[in-house]
Parts: sequence; C-alpha cells; structure tokens
Amino acid sequence: MAKRRVAIVGTGQTHHRSHRPDVNGQELIHEAVTRALEDADLSIKNIDAILIGNMDHFEGINYVDCWSIDGSGGYHKPVIKLTTGGTTGSTLAIGGYHFVASGMFDKVLIIGWEKNSESDTTGAITTAFDPVWDRLVFAGAISGLAVEAQAYMAKYGATDRDGARVSVRDRKHACNNPYAQLRKEVTLEEVLASPMLADPIHLLDVCPRTDGACAVIMASEEYAEKITSTPDWIWATANRHKYTYLGDVNWGELDSMAQASQDLFKKCGITEPRKQIDVIEMYQPYSFAGIIWIEDMGIVPRGKGAEYIWSGATDMGGELPINPSGGVIACNPIGATGLIRCAEAAMQVMGKAEGRQVPDVNFAVSTGFGGCMWTDMILHGKKKPNL
Amino acid sequence: MENIEYIIIESGKAVQPFNYSVGMYGSKFFYELKNNRKFLGVRCPKCNKVYVPPRRVCGDCFVEMKEFVEVGPQGTIGTFTILRFAFIDPETGTQKPIPYGYGFIKLDGADTLFQHYIDVHDESKVKIGARVEPVFSEEKKGTIKDILYFRVID
Amino acid sequence: MEAAIIGIGMTTIEKSKIGATYADLVWEAVNKALNDAGIGIEDIDNVITTSSDFWDGRTISCMAVGDASGVRYKNCSAVEGDGTFGAAYALARTLSGDYNTTLVTAHSKGSESISSIITNAAFDPIYQRSFGLDMISASAMQARAYMHATGTTAEQLALVSCKNHKNAKDNPYAQLPMDITVEDVLNSEMIADPLHKLDCSPVSDGCCAIIIANADFVKKLNVKPVWIKGVAFCADAYFMGDRDLSKARALEEAAKKAYTMAGITNPQKEIDIAEVYDAFTYQELMWIEGLGLAEYGKAGTMLEKGMFNKDGRLPVNPSGGLLSGHPVIAAGLYRIAEVVLQLRGQAGERQVNARRGVAQGVNGLCGQSHCVWVLDKDK
Repeated sequence: MAKRRVAIVGTGQTHHRSHRPDVNGQELIHEAVTRALEDADLSIKNIDAILIGNMDHFEGINYVDCWSIDGSGGYHKPVIKLTTGGTTGSTLAIGGYHFVASGMFDKVLIIGWEKNSESDTTGAITTAFDPVWDRLVFAGAISGLAVEAQAYMAKYGATDRDGARVSVRDRKHACNNPYAQLRKEVTLEEVLASPMLADPIHLLDVCPRTDGACAVIMASEEYAEKITSTPDWIWATANRHKYTYLGDVNWGELDSMAQASQDLFKKCGITEPRKQIDVIEMYQPYSFAGIIWIEDMGIVPRGKGAEYIWSGATDMGGELPINPSGGVIACNPIGATGLIRCAEAAMQVMGKAEGRQVPDVNFAVSTGFGGCMWTDMILHGKKKPNL
Repeated sequence: MENIEYIIIESGKAVQPFNYSVGMYGSKFFYELKNNRKFLGVRCPKCNKVYVPPRRVCGDCFVEMKEFVEVGPQGTIGTFTILRFAFIDPETGTQKPIPYGYGFIKLDGADTLFQHYIDVHDESKVKIGARVEPVFSEEKKGTIKDILYFRVID
Repeated sequence: MEAAIIGIGMTTIEKSKIGATYADLVWEAVNKALNDAGIGIEDIDNVITTSSDFWDGRTISCMAVGDASGVRYKNCSAVEGDGTFGAAYALARTLSGDYNTTLVTAHSKGSESISSIITNAAFDPIYQRSFGLDMISASAMQARAYMHATGTTAEQLALVSCKNHKNAKDNPYAQLPMDITVEDVLNSEMIADPLHKLDCSPVSDGCCAIIIANADFVKKLNVKPVWIKGVAFCADAYFMGDRDLSKARALEEAAKKAYTMAGITNPQKEIDIAEVYDAFTYQELMWIEGLGLAEYGKAGTMLEKGMFNKDGRLPVNPSGGLLSGHPVIAAGLYRIAEVVLQLRGQAGERQVNARRGVAQGVNGLCGQSHCVWVLDKDK
C-alpha cells in the first residue's frame, strides 16, 4: 500500500457540448481548471504540479503539455503529459495519485480534455491501430465494440433489447446531470429503431462526440483535511493494458477489467463488490458494455449481466447505481472522459453530486476504458484507507 | 461580450507521411503472402500459441518467438460486424464505402485472430463460426491489400 | 531519496534501423536492462513506456510496445514526451510505496517521418503554424537571441560540435563519431541562420530502457545501484514571444529544485559530469548555464578553455550527446543511462572520473520544459 494517503479535494468540469466554437483549446481547459480551484477554494499558486492529457490526433497538436500552459496554469510549474488513448483520463488520475503518494508533490492538478469537434473522430481513432496490420479494415471505436458485442451475444444469448435497456438507464440518469451533453430520455423502442451503425450497435447505443474538459485536484493527507471536510480518499488503483494487437483479444469478455478488478479489490480487502460498493462510474462507451463488463468486474456471474440490469439494481435508487452522471453515452470528450468518471465518483463520496447523488456512499469505483480493450480502475472511499 | 460569429481555422490539406518498418517478422509474412499466397504465423516456444500476424514477442510469456508456421488460408469467423455508418478513411482522406464486413478470422492452425474484410454480399451467411476463405487481388504488392476480403464458403 | 537505478539498456543509435519495428527496439533495450540488473521480467512489478503519437505516426503509440515491455499482467502507464519525464513518473510510482521496481522505456524512430512536419505541429495551429516554423527555425531564433545577449560566438558554438562528435568516437552506441574542426562546422551548409548543418543534431532511431527500484529491493541485488538524489521538472510559457528566449528560466528553476533535493549548494564544484540535451550546439552552452554549471554567458569561454572536455574539470556529454545521435523521445533517457554508466565506472573508453552527475531532458520548443536528474554513486 501507499506510503501516505491521497485524497481528491476538488473537481471541475465544463458543460460538455458537441461543439464549442466559442473557446479555443486552452480556454476550454481553463474553464475546468477554474471550476476545480473554486471547488477546492484554492488558487493556482497552491498547486505544485500539473498532469495533463488528451489524444494528440483529435486536435493535431504536438507537445500538448507545453502548448496548454496558458489554460492549465502551468507557467513555471512542473507539467507532465500522460496519454493512453481512451484510458487517458483515468491514467491521469492514477498518475496524480502516485505523484502525491510518492511525496514528490503535495497538491497536484490533473486535467483531461478533448475538442473532438476539431477532427473526424472515427478517422483519428482508426490511426490508433497498427498502420500495417489493422488500419485498412478497422473503423474506429464502434467497430471494435461491435465485435465485442457480437462475440458476447453469440456466447451468452443476449439480445439488442438487453443492450438498449442500458442505454435507456444512462440517458435517463443524464437528465440529472447539468454537465452532460445529451439530456433526453429515450425508450427501448427508440433505441432499437435508431439507425444501425455496426451490427448490433444502434446510434442510440453509443456515445456522442464531445468538446469538454475536466480537472481534479488531489492532495496529501496533511493538506487534504485542511482543504475540505469531506475528502474523497483514494484507496487503490489498478490497471491492465494487456493487448498490443486487436486479434489477440479474447472477444466477448473484458480480460483487462477482470484482472484489474481482482487486483484492485484484493489491495483493498473488497470481497463482495456487489455489496460493498455503493456506486460505479464506468467508462462505458456503448450499451452492451454495461452488461458484459459488470460480469468481468465480478458484480454478477458470467451470463447474468442482462438479468441484473433488467432488475433495476443499477438504476438510481437500486442496489448498486451505475453511472448516475449518465456516463459516457451522454457525453464523451475522450481525453477527459476517464477523469470525469473519477470526478463523478469523487463527488458521490464527497456528497457533492446534487441531483444525481446516491445516498450514503462509502465506496465508489471509477473506471477507464480504451486502447486495445484496456481497463483502468480506482477505488474511492469516504473513510481513510489503512496504510 | 459582443455577439459575433465564431471563426474556425482549417488546417488545410496538411499530411504527415510515414514510412513504417514492419520488421523481420512482418517482412517474412508479406513476402510469403505476395509470392506464394500463403499465411505465416509464429509459434511461442513456451506456451505453443501460434500468433498471426507474426511478431517477435509472445506477450503472455515474454519470450522471443522464432518458429514460423504456415496457417490458413481457410479459417472460421471469430467475431465480426457490418459497418453501416460513413466516416473518413484516414488512409485515403475520403469517405469509406459502406456497408462493409469487418471480421476477425481464426485462420486454421492459428490461436489469434486475423482482421480483414468479410464479403457481406449475402449477410445471412455471415455468422460467428462460419468457414471462410481469402480472395486475393490480381496484383501482388506484398501488403495487407493483397487480400481483397474473406468470403464464406458454401 | 530512497530509490536507485539498477539497470540500463540501450540500442545503438542509428540513422535508420529499417529492419526494426518500435517493438523490436523496445525488446532489445528492455532485455539489456533486465540483464544489466540481473533480474527477470517477473521481478518488475510495473512499467512506464514513453512515446509520442506524433513521432510514431499513430494514436495511442504506447500500444505498439506493450508486449515487448512485458505489460501483459502488470500495472502500467505511458508518458508522452522526453524519456526523463517518463522516468520521473516511474520514480513517483516507485516511491509511492505501491511498487518496488519500475521499468521505463523510451523509443523513437525519426527515420520514419519528416521531422519538420512533426515539429511544425508543436506550434499553435491558429497563430503560428502556417509560417512553416519547425524545431530548427525556432531554435535558430533562440540561438540568435542567446548569442546577442551573451556575446557567445559562432566559433564557440562550433567548438561544441567538434567536442561532442569527437567524444562520440569513444561511444559504441553513437551515430556520428567524427573528427571535425571549427572551420568544418562554419563551412557546413547554413540551415537556418546562425545554425549550420553541423550545429544541428541528426535524425535518429533508438531505444533506451532503465529500471528504477526502491531501497528495499536494491538490498536484495548484487549490482551497483546508482542513487537518485534529486529530480525536478518545470515548464516556461508557450508562446515564444512570451519568453526571454535568451534565458533558460524553467531549467534554472528545475535545476535549483533538484539540487536542493540532493543537498547540493555549489553545483559547479559538486557535479562531476553532465549529460545535457544538446539538440543544437548553442543549447549545450545555454543548458550548462541553466543547470548552474557556468555563469550566464560564460559557458562559451569555459568551453574554449577545455573545461567541458572529457579530461576537463567538468566533462559535458562525454557520450557525444545528441549532436552525435538524437532519437527524440528517448534522448533524455539515454542521458540518464550514460550518467549511470559513468558513475558505475562502466563507461569504457568514454569513462571520466565522476562520483555525482546530472542528466537533463527537454520537452517542447526551444527548451520550454525541462527535467533534471541528479544521480550519485553513493546513497
């Protein structure tokens, strides 16, 4: 376990939109940073170091850590860039935790951002894959997700109606979140009647393209308790970026989630995740993942994901609400998305989630997804973790 | 603030050309594909898994692989989808023709899946587990495009 | 600090490693580092890879080297930028208490792209990019500003090139070992005034890996650890017009912090060797001053006196530096690895007498962001 405790003491995010022509990238970043500093009642002078990330080819800017200084507040501060694709936001949060836990810094500002409106998102994601082997046929995130859903359906007999139920849940939850981009309830029939993008994924099964930024402030124990009376303690982090080639993936199960969860829960003594965890903010870019990945996380046994979703257990007011924010289906500024999950989980623990607050949250899990079916995970807690 | 119309600056036709090395393993694969219309995989000396495309390192065992083995050309569909939405192909800068079949094919003798197009002329035949065979281009260039697509064997 | 570098691995630096993929390069460097430390991949409990989506020509460039760096069943992460920054995050993970041993890799193949297009993308797309600026033209402006402010001469810049290319003759990993004269440099093609071709580092391919371990793990090993005494990084303003280009203020701040961590009060006396980020000749002099190893504007004169030569009072870049091989993202990590070899007394023909050394890495244009490492033979 860590040498010293680390907590989230403030969060900020933009009101996410499909297109923000009113601001440039630095200004978008600055909005989120300002809100996080306000939330923690700190000034940029109090920040020791900055971690920032996005995916380069969405905006076409090289050395974003250097370019973003005016927005991030990194002038004459340590600034470092972490990027791992879709997992970038969660990777940044895990990075901030380690920099503070190490004693190298006491207070760090973590920033994830993306202006997906500035390029063709699918084209840019396609360039994430091997130029020689994968790029010809790959069609961005949707194609990779569609083959996962196909494999799972063939194995466990799930239907596109099951997938649609998850979309209905997240889109309903998003109505409680003023920062979400898409805030409109949909019905099962509307999801199923929406255009087929890549079998079995309909338009309303997947995330939109988004411009947005998120900022999170982490502090060491010594400072955290002075900054806020309700710090969100980071209990542990775990991740698996298992695969280099898409063809190696065990399609239909998310191995990286299964292994990262086991690692995470073992570190924290979580033995019955379904009972011990109060809320999950999952980087779930499309509906079927809401069924498959809770099985990998060990919330329900294999093949039982759909049944659990239909029971209403993951809806607001249920046994284990998932994505009270509306999740990724309601908004996906890619480099920020994983960090938004982290920020939303922190808000749940801190009791700051307002209209989307789940009562009495002791433990929350936030996740990141991206790359070649990779997973990042963070366990957040109201009580201090043991050292 | 004034109500003004926001300006967008276009990057123009900026391109960043690259010359990607495929290395010894990839080169062997493409020579074999070009000259003999055969597929090469590589076997891990520790776990015996056969990887396609061939590469130096077994990610599971962290050992170097040296034993090339012929796989395919036939195989089964491991998983697939049919792309029905339009997007810009970063290879060409133009819209990708849709619909197209995107498949992960388990070539006979391989343990990993090989990505390529699947012919979706008759969508009802395209299923997980269906047997497929490659259709090669007339021109032999030694790239992934030497295979036009895989089609379901009746 | 309770952490040390226990293993390093470098590939040779070459103009074009045409037969090698990124993964091939990483595999070679990682195995060399593991062998160097006398441990296996199972002893590594987490991994940081360092790469750049721009330089590698693919989004999520870290994906290409996952298998080759052994991440399959491990916690891992990826830094974009110079390898010294990747190593800084690796140090944080090692010191956090969550991990014992962190493997760091950094790779680059400049041969696969057109570097001026890649570095042009570092300029602001709205205000600057359309002028066609690249790293060389921007650095030429900085060189001019530095020479104007300090009176440093073109001959002094040329001397850096002579020294480093000569040093490279003792480095089996270097790309451009050669004997050249000041006249050769001044007579080489003028690329961007005042920078001649031989004032500029070449385009290169290479990969470097290092392993950082905490003090408890080091005890179990039978290797000579090199102890990490101070690490700091700092960024300056983005727009070049917002900075005084003739000064390296971010480097000064990073160096000051790293020295404070290391308990160093007089770096000119207490540092025995420096491996600095000499992407251009003038940068070696600027960075020497920024690192507090010479007074501002005096490095050129000290160089003329031979102080930074291999047999001088403070050898700078006995490896031959970036001027003799510049695999962009890996370049700073090579600097760390070279200092490690020197402090262990294993630098072969390029060995100097050193107990304590400093290594430096750079991100962005004209040294906008710097990372400084202070390393020591003793704990």
